[in-house]
Amino acid sequence: MQETRQDSGLNYFELFNLPATFSVDSQLLDTNYRKLQSEVHPDRFVTASPAERMKSMQMATLANDAYQTLKQPLSKARYLLKLAGIDTGEENNTAMPADFLMLQMEWRETIEDARNAKDVDALDSLLNEIAQNANTLQQTLKIALDETNDLELAADTVRKLSFIEKLREDITQSIEKLEN
Amino acid sequence: MALLQIAEPGMSTAPHQHRLAVGIDLGTTNSLVASIISGLNTVLEDESGRSLLPSVVHYQSNKQIDVGYDALAQQNQDPANTISSVKRFMGRGLEDITDKVHMPYRFIDTPGMVQIETRAGIKSPVEISAEILKVLKERAEKSLGGELTGAVITVPAYFDDAQRQATKDAAQLAGINVLRLLNEPTAAAVAYGLDNAVEGTYVIYDLGGGTFDISVLRLTKGIFEVLATNGDSALGGDDFDRAIFNWVLQESKLSQLNAEESRSLLTQARAAKECLSDHEEAHIKLALSHGKMISLALSRANFVDLTQPLVSKTLAPTRKALRDASLSIEDVTGIVMVGGATRMPHVRQAVADYFKQQPLINLDPDKVVALGAAIQANTLVGNRNEADLLLLDVVPLSLGLETMGGLVEKIIPRNATLPVARAQDFTTFKDGQTAMSIHVLQGERDLVSDCRSLAKFELRGIPPMAAGAARIRVTLQVDADGLLSVTAREQTTGVESNILVKPSYGLSEEQITHMLQTSFSTAKQDKEARALREAQVDAQRLIEAISAALEQDGHLLDAQELDQIKQPLEALKSLAQDADAIVKAIDVLNEATQAFAARRMDASIKQAFAGQDLNSLQL
Repeated sequence: MQETRQDSGLNYFELFNLPATFSVDSQLLDTNYRKLQSEVHPDRFVTASPAERMKSMQMATLANDAYQTLKQPLSKARYLLKLAGIDTGEENNTAMPADFLMLQMEWRETIEDARNAKDVDALDSLLNEIAQNANTLQQTLKIALDETNDLELAADTVRKLSFIEKLREDITQSIEKLEN
Repeated sequence: MALLQIAEPGMSTAPHQHRLAVGIDLGTTNSLVASIISGLNTVLEDESGRSLLPSVVHYQSNKQIDVGYDALAQQNQDPANTISSVKRFMGRGLEDITDKVHMPYRFIDTPGMVQIETRAGIKSPVEISAEILKVLKERAEKSLGGELTGAVITVPAYFDDAQRQATKDAAQLAGINVLRLLNEPTAAAVAYGLDNAVEGTYVIYDLGGGTFDISVLRLTKGIFEVLATNGDSALGGDDFDRAIFNWVLQESKLSQLNAEESRSLLTQARAAKECLSDHEEAHIKLALSHGKMISLALSRANFVDLTQPLVSKTLAPTRKALRDASLSIEDVTGIVMVGGATRMPHVRQAVADYFKQQPLINLDPDKVVALGAAIQANTLVGNRNEADLLLLDVVPLSLGLETMGGLVEKIIPRNATLPVARAQDFTTFKDGQTAMSIHVLQGERDLVSDCRSLAKFELRGIPPMAAGAARIRVTLQVDADGLLSVTAREQTTGVESNILVKPSYGLSEEQITHMLQTSFSTAKQDKEARALREAQVDAQRLIEAISAALEQDGHLLDAQELDQIKQPLEALKSLAQDADAIVKAIDVLNEATQAFAARRMDASIKQAFAGQDLNSLQL
């Protein structure tokens, strides 16, 4: 069994009756997720046979997983690439262009300084700056995946975005620690 | 007398299709059971017309077990054998119980969950809770006039896997089919119909007899997410009684009361508290043993002064919960009041002042959780045709696995929508390693020692390989009740080692079976009769489920496939008295319906998007 196609033979987009694009309609995704859950959720199978209850739990689990994957830009892009047979390999492939590496180091230093100075405002504004950066990367993904079909660029962008998401988590945690 | 059932217009009218389902609020101080009767949400009463059942169990010297008011009456005479507030011990170890020195019980330190020694033997909190549930089940079957299909049982939102599992075990022990475990604040929100709203942020303020819980819920498109919970496990309505009690002592310059006087005064204090919710003044009269009479009047203003510190004490956890959820009071759409103590006007006023809006109070605060559970139970068994109520709950606390250095690797994050499954791959550390120990934890902290240990087990039979070559995939699955199961499997060699663990704190299936048997009777024929009855109930359930499925979707099967299900179905129907044969026939029928179940599920998915031609499905 391929990991991208589940028991039902449907990929995550097909599961929600949506075209496999990066710029998928998020409201329709919400609506269709709800529609699907109202059909397959275990709450609908409380008095059904054990085989159906098991199936229902699997489908509802799959629907939740698929929804989470398609809701977040990063996991959505990673999944689209997986459908195209490309493994982004973020764990092993950490090669980044020099300018992005420089930017990373700058950010890390800013975080370090702000932490030492207990400067929540500085962390907040860095969070903003990074959010803008993430937006730009998402635009790049949209073009690379939906328009130019440049999968190599898309994979590079996923790796960058993945790095940025980790950084965001770090900053958020630092802010929480300082605020407590 | 059993009440007659009348179907709502447009609802299923066939009597055999109306299933009896109840909602149970298994509370710390009191428990309740409610059901939708003829379209009306009703809390079921005992023969004396009382709806609350005190959550107290008394083990008598004549081996009888009293539950509720009768047990409560014995509390002072026989404290060691009268267990109250057992909910606090569910799924907890001895080290978790902080105020045990003040409790009259003989605790036994058993791994996973504490036990209590009574004259009826050593009892686990699961068994004690089961006694309460049995009484509620009996009450329900008597007033509804039939066997229950099942029950929705409520649990606090902050209950972890151990506490939820213990609750479910107790229900099983009481012979109740658990349709769903539901978070108490979610149940309260459902009772108020808040799930009909598109979205909003709600605070559930629950001041019970002895505990205070505050929960912040966010509702987004039918998903109830618990954003934060807080509270005070030693603050409740009883403290208000005690405040009046102390005031009386002070006013009448009494220092010492005998046990009977104390009890009498406490009863009077409670009555005065309840009276002051509707009246401006309450009178307290107490006859002392040496003939002296005490007669005092307590004004509402005076009572408010006496107890204001207690009311203020509830606001600190409230503030903290809002802060944890990163919300300000302006973000709150509504406040739901739960628990008898929220009847006091000054409690309501304090909440209204704090949130700058009136809280919701039109439902009885003692009953609101049970009523919400009853609505959900009614929906789950299919007594409502509309598919309007779908509650999607979330994982209350993150689940993870122990990794090197005593650290926890989070696998399923807090607030993931249920049901959810996540897998993580691990590998061996040494050449030729054939076993691996897997430790499952729950909590938000990074260190193993700061989280709750749920299960520890060993995966054995890994084929010997070089270090790092094996690939062991550990999958955590949390079902719609928030209950966890764990599987581990070695992937690379094609050799599968599959383990299904039930976390270690609870009771094993065998222990429950054993308790079930001993709790009813030890006579062999009774055991057999019970086994037969259970098999028959299971068979009936399965026959009904499959017949309904065939009636609805039989067209999905060709003649041969249909026959492959009908044969074992008829075979099962023809069996009546042989428990073993029935159990075997159930297994055969279950197996025969696997493919049909999958096909129906695919049809459901198609059904979900019928009429939506955005992207035609290829099924």
